[in-house]
Amino acid sequence: MNRFEYIPARLNENESFVSKESQIKLYDGDQKTQFEEGELVLTTHRMFWGRPGEIARAAVCLCLNLKYIVSVSEEQASNFVFGRKTRLILHLRPAAADKQPGPLDNSNNSFIKLSGKHGVLPEFANALRETLQARIWNVQIPSTQTGLNGGEPQETPQDRAAREAKLRMRTGIGGIEKAIEQKTKETEENIALAFQDLRVLMAMAKDMVSIARVISDKIRSQKGEISNDETVRFKSYLLSLGIDDPVTRDGYSSDSAYYKSLAGQLCEMLLDPLEEAGGMMSLADVYCRVNRARGLELLSPEDLLQACRCMEGPMKLRTFPSGAMVLQLDSQDDELTANDTLSLVQESNSLAVEELAKARNISLILAKERLLTAERLGKLCRDESLEGLRFYPNFILEPPA
Amino acid sequence: MTDFQWPWEYTFPPFFTLQPHEETRQQQLNVWSELFLKYLKHLNKFTVNINEGSFPLYYNESLNRRLSPSMILQILQKLQSTGHAQPLDKKRQEWQVYWHTLEEYGNMIYDWIQETGQTGSVCTLYEIANGESTEDKEFHGIDENVLVNVLRLLEDKGRCELIEMDGSYGVKFF
Repeated sequence: MNRFEYIPARLNENESFVSKESQIKLYDGDQKTQFEEGELVLTTHRMFWGRPGEIARAAVCLCLNLKYIVSVSEEQASNFVFGRKTRLILHLRPAAADKQPGPLDNSNNSFIKLSGKHGVLPEFANALRETLQARIWNVQIPSTQTGLNGGEPQETPQDRAAREAKLRMRTGIGGIEKAIEQKTKETEENIALAFQDLRVLMAMAKDMVSIARVISDKIRSQKGEISNDETVRFKSYLLSLGIDDPVTRDGYSSDSAYYKSLAGQLCEMLLDPLEEAGGMMSLADVYCRVNRARGLELLSPEDLLQACRCMEGPMKLRTFPSGAMVLQLDSQDDELTANDTLSLVQESNSLAVEELAKARNISLILAKERLLTAERLGKLCRDESLEGLRFYPNFILEPPA
Repeated sequence: MTDFQWPWEYTFPPFFTLQPHEETRQQQLNVWSELFLKYLKHLNKFTVNINEGSFPLYYNESLNRRLSPSMILQILQKLQSTGHAQPLDKKRQEWQVYWHTLEEYGNMIYDWIQETGQTGSVCTLYEIANGESTEDKEFHGIDENVLVNVLRLLEDKGRCELIEMDGSYGVKFF
């Protein structure tokens, strides 16, 4: 505590007020001192402690030059009566030779603590840290540029650059932290730049999509005279891939409007593939198809699900009792599908899930759901054995003639 | 003894799997119950054990399909509900199964006693089950344990009295 000096509480030139805290108690090392319940004033250069009112009167107070402070740390103290509070620990450098006399000059503790009835508020601790980081007492400011007493000291950009350069050169933990911060900042800038590129790319993609659309329209109009395979293939690519102007969230103010128009677009693009797939498609397949068609403006699974829930035709989301979810055409009828499945089973006497999947070129989940649906309708019956699950025509209910 | 004529269902693999579809399952259990009675009658067998794995009724070797014990239990429970079966132990492993219900047997025996004018006289169980005079009757060859149950039922109705003599039974009809 021997770094304190008795000095009248007046601001020097270039010095300005930073923060203030009341009801502060000083500790010399770990010991309490007689300096309790006082006001603590932080300036850009120094820290004053005085009994209530003393600082306002500019009386002689305890003063600690900020240059003595090496670092600040915190400790938590808990108390039955007051609950938790934070104390600040200031680690100090040895006193300079030209130091003015102060209290407890013979103390040899290398740190002091600041505490109070309710601890030190985090705002004050932050202000102290920032002030220490700024090191304004190290900066030489031409007197002409000094602001009025109590105002913020003004710096020119060169000053700031010089200060920053000085700071950057610093070693130790502070230096390392600074370096890390610098790096983070650079990375952030790089990422922002990269995203800008991406946006440009996306703008280009839109053009590409429109070109593709024109081509596909042209091909569509020449429908009658498609001659070679390549045209056919190109057409199918375009039709399966091309979504012009994907619906994105940006354009909508409410989620429901977004989902609704998304649902519309999904219906439009999935109609053909769904019919091709036999009227039903698992949600996983839908997800892959949609996102492949969208290219860059990818949909999240959650958004897709929400949009599918909003669909009002010509297809709808359907959840099977097993929990599997599919998109199903409205024209698709369980009875009809079950009959189709039944005739297939009849053809081959009995069918396993994977055999139906192969025969109808659908996913295993869908094949299983189809068989289970037909079973639910009493058209099929199952044979469960060590060889696996197979389905037979329901001869139990309708014995063969 | 002629070979048992298995129904076509016996060669239909799904027949051995309990069907989840309600209507199908009921039909399946009906067919099975009937098959149980027919087959046991064919063998003149009155008790079955659920865990008898290689019993042809449960196990179609050529098809390599077998009934699970829980499914056998369901079939037997169905038979119990119609009065054609009854568990012999608490764990429901051993079952008594009969082609006619105890009530039906009781009526048949009582009718026969009246027809042959044996009311008031005492006869042995062997006479009823295996006697020459019952050869053309449905209850001929009935298991003695089942017969005791039948007669107990008749006794409850006051139509006969079971007399125990040296570990074997005699019965007097009224």
